[in-house]
Amino acid sequence: MADISQFSYEVAHLIGATVLMAGFQLLYQRRLFAVLNTFAFQALALAAAAAWQAHVQHAPHLYITAAIALVFKAMIVPFALHWLVEKLGIHRSVETAMSIGWTMTSGVALVALSILLVLPVTANAAALTRESLALAMSVILLGLLMMITRHNAVTQVVGFMALENGLILAAVSAKGMPLVVEISIAFSVLVAMTLFGIFFFRIRERFETLDLNDLETYRGDRQ
Amino acid sequence: MLIASALSALLALAVFGVLAGGEMWRHRVVYLGCAIASLVLLAGGLKHLGQTPGTGPAIVLPIGLPWMAAHFRLDNLSALFMVIVNLGTTAASVFGIGYCDHVPEPRRVTPFFPLFLFGMNAVLISDDAFMFLVSWEFMSLASWLLVLSDHRNEESRSAAFVYLMMATFGTFCLLTCFGLMAGAEGGYSFPAMRLHGMDGLTSFLVVLLALLGAGSKAGLVPLHAWLPLAHPAAPSHVSALMSGVMTKVALYGLIRILFDLHGHVAWGWGAVLMGIGGVTAVLGVLYAILQDDLKKLLAYSTVENIGVVVIGLGLAIAFKDSGEKALAALALVAGLYHIINHSIFKTLLFLSAGAVITATGERSLNKLGGLLNRMPWTGAATLVGALAISALPPLNGFVSEWLIFQSLFKGPSLPHWAMKFGVPVVGAMLALAAALAASCFVRAYGIAFLGRPRSQAAAEAHTLPFSMRWSMAVLAALCIILGAVPVTVTDAVSHVVQPLTGVSFAVSADLGWPWLSPVSSTRGSYSGTVLVMTGLSLFVICIVLVHGFGTTRVRRADAWDCGHRENIVNAQYSGESFAQPLRRVFCSSLFGVKETVTMPDPGDMAPAKLEVRVIDRIWVFLYLGIGRVVGFVADRVNRMQFLTVRRYLLMMFATLVFMLLVVAVRQQK
Amino acid sequence: MTAILGQIAQIFLVVALAPLITGWVRLVKSRLNGRIGASPFQPYRDFYRLLQKEAVVAHSASWVFRAAPYVTFAAVWLAACIIPTFTTNMVLAPAADLIALVALLGVARFWTALAGMDVGTSFGGLGASREMMIASLAEPAMLMVSFSLSLITGTTSPAQIIAFVLGGGVGIEVSLGLALAALIMVAIAENGRIPIDNPATHLELTMVHEAMVLEYSGRHLALMEGAGMVRLTLFMALISGIFAPWGMAQPGAGALGVALGLGAFLAKCFILATALGFFETVIAKMRVFRYADFLGGALLLGLLATIFIYVSEAV
Repeated sequence: MADISQFSYEVAHLIGATVLMAGFQLLYQRRLFAVLNTFAFQALALAAAAAWQAHVQHAPHLYITAAIALVFKAMIVPFALHWLVEKLGIHRSVETAMSIGWTMTSGVALVALSILLVLPVTANAAALTRESLALAMSVILLGLLMMITRHNAVTQVVGFMALENGLILAAVSAKGMPLVVEISIAFSVLVAMTLFGIFFFRIRERFETLDLNDLETYRGDRQ
Repeated sequence: MLIASALSALLALAVFGVLAGGEMWRHRVVYLGCAIASLVLLAGGLKHLGQTPGTGPAIVLPIGLPWMAAHFRLDNLSALFMVIVNLGTTAASVFGIGYCDHVPEPRRVTPFFPLFLFGMNAVLISDDAFMFLVSWEFMSLASWLLVLSDHRNEESRSAAFVYLMMATFGTFCLLTCFGLMAGAEGGYSFPAMRLHGMDGLTSFLVVLLALLGAGSKAGLVPLHAWLPLAHPAAPSHVSALMSGVMTKVALYGLIRILFDLHGHVAWGWGAVLMGIGGVTAVLGVLYAILQDDLKKLLAYSTVENIGVVVIGLGLAIAFKDSGEKALAALALVAGLYHIINHSIFKTLLFLSAGAVITATGERSLNKLGGLLNRMPWTGAATLVGALAISALPPLNGFVSEWLIFQSLFKGPSLPHWAMKFGVPVVGAMLALAAALAASCFVRAYGIAFLGRPRSQAAAEAHTLPFSMRWSMAVLAALCIILGAVPVTVTDAVSHVVQPLTGVSFAVSADLGWPWLSPVSSTRGSYSGTVLVMTGLSLFVICIVLVHGFGTTRVRRADAWDCGHRENIVNAQYSGESFAQPLRRVFCSSLFGVKETVTMPDPGDMAPAKLEVRVIDRIWVFLYLGIGRVVGFVADRVNRMQFLTVRRYLLMMFATLVFMLLVVAVRQQK
Repeated sequence: MTAILGQIAQIFLVVALAPLITGWVRLVKSRLNGRIGASPFQPYRDFYRLLQKEAVVAHSASWVFRAAPYVTFAAVWLAACIIPTFTTNMVLAPAADLIALVALLGVARFWTALAGMDVGTSFGGLGASREMMIASLAEPAMLMVSFSLSLITGTTSPAQIIAFVLGGGVGIEVSLGLALAALIMVAIAENGRIPIDNPATHLELTMVHEAMVLEYSGRHLALMEGAGMVRLTLFMALISGIFAPWGMAQPGAGALGVALGLGAFLAKCFILATALGFFETVIAKMRVFRYADFLGGALLLGLLATIFIYVSEAV
């Protein structure tokens, strides 16, 4: 890692921390549109992280990851979700299973946990790698936390994508990780499918076709 | 020798108290005698405070168990606690001279008061386990009798019952603890215990039992439940002693066992203590914020402050076990400093609660108000106490919290991961507790002493006897002095921590008088003295400038209140409404607070009602749970009283065979 | 000797500058709102006017009500004396550290809240109760920020922290970023700015700080408002000093260094005040019970800042 200066690592971690902060912001928001905006911001920070890594690692393929994050996650997905929420008349406040204070407290506990987990595993690695791993793992856990503490389907999708942002963050931070681009494309397709799925179910729900009655008890959102 | 005669004088006073009967002047004499004896003991403690460690006077009396004489000794730690205890008892006794008229039944209080003082002092100078436990029980039973003094009140009776149960439990734990430390040979004197080594399991049990025994007396969560019941039930000057002083004797027991007799407690226990301390501090102050009864509020605040001290003790244990002796000494100094401070301002606040009750006959916050105008002396002294307990500079409460924070900030240098992650969390809890304590006392003082009187009794509050005012004024002055010149305390305490942590430690070593710089001069420093001087000069400059440039005219008028000129006293904020934001934010999940508003139908003239329901989960789940289990088991065991003789014989036989089997198996090993 | 001079200059600088900063924030806000706005020197004129007026005190008020403005102002002023603005070379710098700073602001708050309750009106109690709720979260958050700063720099004294940062002891650290975020949130709450409190409101349901000082008039009001302005200056000095200390004069700096420090401080205040005015214009005020989430977030950020140090520092 000698070719990468201290400064470039510090910047990388600052961007990583921004992604993490956006993860906390997602837990804090109470309005659906604010959640979407925050998610767009997180994706933007992720794109910046990927681009920075592409620059310092001299790995041009990471620019593709950055572009995907920028175009797909920071623009298309938030816009699509925005449109969906408006079109389908989804209730615009976030319904929580746990109060926001407790969710954030558990979030901090999860971050502490991921630091505790990462530290012994990477005892021999440089302090700098540990930091990115700890950051990425925290983002993943916060995404999961968001998925289990929010009732709304849209927020659950956002939680899932936040989780995925964490994975990408881990992938771009570790030098020499193969298939980073492929992973990010695959996830993007998955997210697109999920979105499409929600759209599909909601449309069905609105027309109240009988064959989906059984599915309704299993849906994630309670409107 | 003087100390011994003062102690015997206390016993004699108890006898005199029994004979006092209905003559008020005799009660006054008892309290005066108690005050003089306490002063003598205070002087004795001060004299031995600075002695070279290991040179304290010792005495062996041929009383007690047949095979063991009673050992007494006054070492530095005992001397420090003797100062703390007798500072409080002096003030409470002086207060008692004027207050004894207002106690509902003085004849049930006066005889036991000297006994209570005797018990507390005897615990401090005991040098063997037997005398320690006897004195401990003496203290518990005397205070139990005092709690029961208002025995016609159902609430006092049940409080006394809960107290007796917890005291029994505590003594049982301490008895077992000392038994384990003495070992099979039965070396019950403290020097023998220090030499006695322990294996891992014994060591674990000793610390656990000490924590349960002394912790239940001190009021650590979840063993605190008796404290807010028992302390307020006693007459106020006794409450002051129970809250301000007796909890300190319990902490003395804890320090004596963990730092002296046991001596090498593992760091894990430090972490446990810090965790318990943090939880105790936060829960204690949250309970306090919810109280309407002035004395209950103060009792819960005691729980909080004990938590703060225990954080310091836990940190000291962790540092000591990790070899950081200087930091261990710092944390211990911080803890001891807070013990001193709390004994002063809590005694002061309880005495002022007694003064308020005497003057108005009310102890509910919502019946008070505007007392500062009626009782300027008490009001001013209480304000000092409230500022000090809220940890605000330049008063004493702030200095000890500052020292605890400084030692906490060094916590991450400990090698254990649990500590590295735990210390910031405990720090956040301590900070939360300190901030909430300020809210709690703004509420208590603002509702009781400021605003307009909420009842006839508060509007007609009368002034108090001389002795009551004086004892409060002296305590308030001590709060200011110990805060403005903190170096005096830290230097005095540094001799005490030397035998306990292995290093002599002067907090002011680096920058000299009057600066506190615990680790080094660049690490962060504080000087109450400089701060007071600068603050005062700025205050004066401020007055001079404002009055110089402007006018000094004042006009008295009605309150403006945004143009609402209704003169309804009950439109003021009450205790409940003041606590409402905090209750919603902190207590909704912790205490299951539920607020229900009942609005009358349109046209109905009935008032709207707000009902607030609070569940004390610890009481419901732990205490009532244990109560139910005991009841259940008792019902089952009850059947055993109706067995045939043959079955009783069978049981005895089975027990005998079982015991023999145990002996046989053990001999095989 | 220079330390004493520096200290005296500091003491009077904060008081002299504070109204100008508040006036500038007001000007920026009114320009952004499309108004012309008063001159930034208007607060000085307001003070003069208030000092000339007689003080009206309610019949039910006690001496606490009359003493509170002086105590509050002196406490905030004292706190402002120990935060370096243009030089770290001050005699009083070791007298108090960040913990004591939090507590000194606590003294001011305690007295203001008591004064609010003293007259015995419902609004005073409302303000005091809300203010203490805010403080009960903001104070711990600030202490956690001090905790993380002391872990990074090895000291809790503001002057020493600034010297450490100026000496190049810290790089761009995640913890420092988190601490900055938490400190800004605390600063917003402590100064009663939007979104926590609106300094310009007298709408009954939303006011917090204003409700406590509602009964004040004349010189008492001037002192209470002055304390608020000095507090704002103090937080600007703290934030800019710790996170952007460039230009500050160190011990041993000559007259040029001191002049440079002064200029740098004025520039930083100007930037921060403009940013504050802009931020307050674009954001909406929160509901009262959202404060807890906001400030709880600040507390947790402070906690995260301390925990993250273990990852970044080679342990």
